Amino acid sequence: MATLTMPVEEVKKVQEQEALITGAEAIAIACKLANVDVVTAYPIRPYDTVMQYMSQLVADGEMDCEFIVAESENSQFEIVKHASVCGARVFCGSSGIGWMYAMEVLTVTPALRVPMVCLVGNRALDDPGAFGVEHNDALAVRDLGWLLNWVDTAQEAFDTALISYRVAEDRRMFVPCAISCDGAFLTHSQALVKIPTAEQVKKFLPRYNRGDLLLHPDNLISVAPQANEDWVMEIRRQNYAVTEHACDVIREVYAEFEKTFGRKYGNPFFEEYMTDDAEVVLFGMGTLSTPVKVAIRKLREQGKKVGFVRLRWFRPFASAEIAKCLERFRAVGVIDRDLSLGAPDLSGVVATEVRSAMYANAKNRPPVLDFICGLGGREVTVPDVEKMTDIVFQAANGKSQPLTQWIGLRG
Amino acid sequence: MTTTFVEEKPTQNLEPFKGVKKVPYEEYFTSGHRTCEGCESAQIMRLMAKAAGPRTIVLGATGCMYVANTSYYSTVWGVPWMHTQLGAGGSSALGTAAALRVLMRKGVLKDEPINVIAFCGDGGGADMGLSAISATMTHPDYNLLILLYDNEEYGNTDIQISGTSPYGVNTSFSTPGKVKRIMHHRWKKNVAPLILAGHPTCKYVGTISTSYPLQAMNNIRKALSIGGPTFIHCLNPCPKGWDFDPYIAFELGELAVNTGIWPLYEVENGKLKLHGKTEQIANGRFKRLPVRDYLLKQGRFAHFTEEDIAFFQSKVDEMWEKWLVPGVIPLQKDLEG
Repeated sequence: MATLTMPVEEVKKVQEQEALITGAEAIAIACKLANVDVVTAYPIRPYDTVMQYMSQLVADGEMDCEFIVAESENSQFEIVKHASVCGARVFCGSSGIGWMYAMEVLTVTPALRVPMVCLVGNRALDDPGAFGVEHNDALAVRDLGWLLNWVDTAQEAFDTALISYRVAEDRRMFVPCAISCDGAFLTHSQALVKIPTAEQVKKFLPRYNRGDLLLHPDNLISVAPQANEDWVMEIRRQNYAVTEHACDVIREVYAEFEKTFGRKYGNPFFEEYMTDDAEVVLFGMGTLSTPVKVAIRKLREQGKKVGFVRLRWFRPFASAEIAKCLERFRAVGVIDRDLSLGAPDLSGVVATEVRSAMYANAKNRPPVLDFICGLGGREVTVPDVEKMTDIVFQAANGKSQPLTQWIGLRG
Repeated sequence: MTTTFVEEKPTQNLEPFKGVKKVPYEEYFTSGHRTCEGCESAQIMRLMAKAAGPRTIVLGATGCMYVANTSYYSTVWGVPWMHTQLGAGGSSALGTAAALRVLMRKGVLKDEPINVIAFCGDGGGADMGLSAISATMTHPDYNLLILLYDNEEYGNTDIQISGTSPYGVNTSFSTPGKVKRIMHHRWKKNVAPLILAGHPTCKYVGTISTSYPLQAMNNIRKALSIGGPTFIHCLNPCPKGWDFDPYIAFELGELAVNTGIWPLYEVENGKLKLHGKTEQIANGRFKRLPVRDYLLKQGRFAHFTEEDIAFFQSKVDEMWEKWLVPGVIPLQKDLEG
């Protein structure tokens, strides 16, 4: 049984505290401070450790919420969907194939404009049954209206949980948001996290207000009626409108976050590492940033000017900003911890998105190579990164390279 | 004193309507739907809403009573209503009740008893949604009612077999052919006993019929007043799928009871009470009518031979002659000793 590593009294103190906690624990504490109303759990590794922490918080009287253990992921997400429509701030989560079992609800939740925040502890999809990280679970909802972000550290997980609530519950949005944490590498790894006070969080996150969409006897509405070709297109267009201003809302919320907590994230959509003088860059999401950054420091000692861009928000995909960032390099190597079987050039999901963004938005279009790497929880190693960097440099120097390559595959 | 950690929340105290003339005029399931003439499923929606009254939230799983009642830009509902997915009847009620409870506790919503009802058809209740309903029936903390309206078919998708379709029925997935006359050879799922036997937390399980509207409404009112999760199963003749003249919809509901095919009963805090003709059948005061009288009024059984009718009759006889609790619990009596 997991226990909180941080004593309860400390959380209560008025001062911002530092605690050594895992990514999952960070999100549990964020939910507590966000005064979440309804939480639903169902076991699947590795996301479920967040629910172990959460149940302990409830048992200890630290958190006041309805903590419901569902009988399947489908019900888990249905319960919070309906609770959210009744005005409750909700939290939920899953991993891998469990997330896919909830797919029906994952489809209707954004379509109905219902905010919720959940944790996806990224896990390879069956078969074969595997516990390790792959990004295809969360990416499966990329066309449905979900906000999708990937975090890298426990601190970022904590902060992003608060930010995600603020964005998802913004009246201009009212859509669900999934925080992706790489299974094991982040969900179960400890790091020091700065934890603000409940007062600060309350200031940043006012109570979720469903307004005239609240399902309550005082507000006589019918929600989600049946429509056909007469109205569906107009309804879809309203949901599409959310994506038109999603980037602006996210920028606003990050500015507000910085003002409240004093922590600065720069560009909300991606993090740049040693890109100022870089000739080529690698591009990826999640915890692979650790080996990539180590490798980059090593390569720089050898005089190789390589940088790294880590994508935080996959949905919305800030295409103009991403293109503007990447057009300055001689070549780009995208690391895909996912598959998109049969996709253009047999590339992964992220590379395909980057190429699409570059084609329309970039003034200069460097080669964008794709590396399929780190599947099923396989570690992305420093030698892997060195190898990928070499290939990207060769492409930058005009030597033709396959658009998609597998890295770290057994001989 | 034992601490149970269950905080019971008060319900509305809905006294039974004392006679048809005492039933209020107000309708909360009103005009604007496009259900068929003689649709008994629409009838139970109307009775349900009337019985529950205005301080109610209704959740409706996908099915006829979603598609035909709530076409975009029109709604029949005079209480707040929301669609839920086919398998989510149980979860929708649970999530709604959970939100009301926590938001009242935190002072966000006014603390008052609000009825939460989720309805689902037999596809949503007896097939796909059974798992979630079962889980919901184990939660002692939430006041809610699941109402299964049973027209014994997937009626909204061109009439197909469901888990509650009767033996031998002709549907678009079980049309008699040149070699096989009977394509559906499964017996109807006995849903109410499944819920009552498997979920000791559930304080009220009942079966109702729209042919007995006053009793149906009063059972609904009792289920909403008793507290915790409750379950009601209603048989609803469907002119489209059962292939009969809408004029006899009401009569078919009565025949289902009088032939012993559809027993009416309730289980309140573990105590079984049979109702009306069902009670008379059980006590030998009323002789069950032959199932033939019921079956042959419906086009869906038109392909039945004498042999098929005899088999159907023998299975119904078994319910009353061999079951441990006649018409309800399908354990064989001779298992007792």
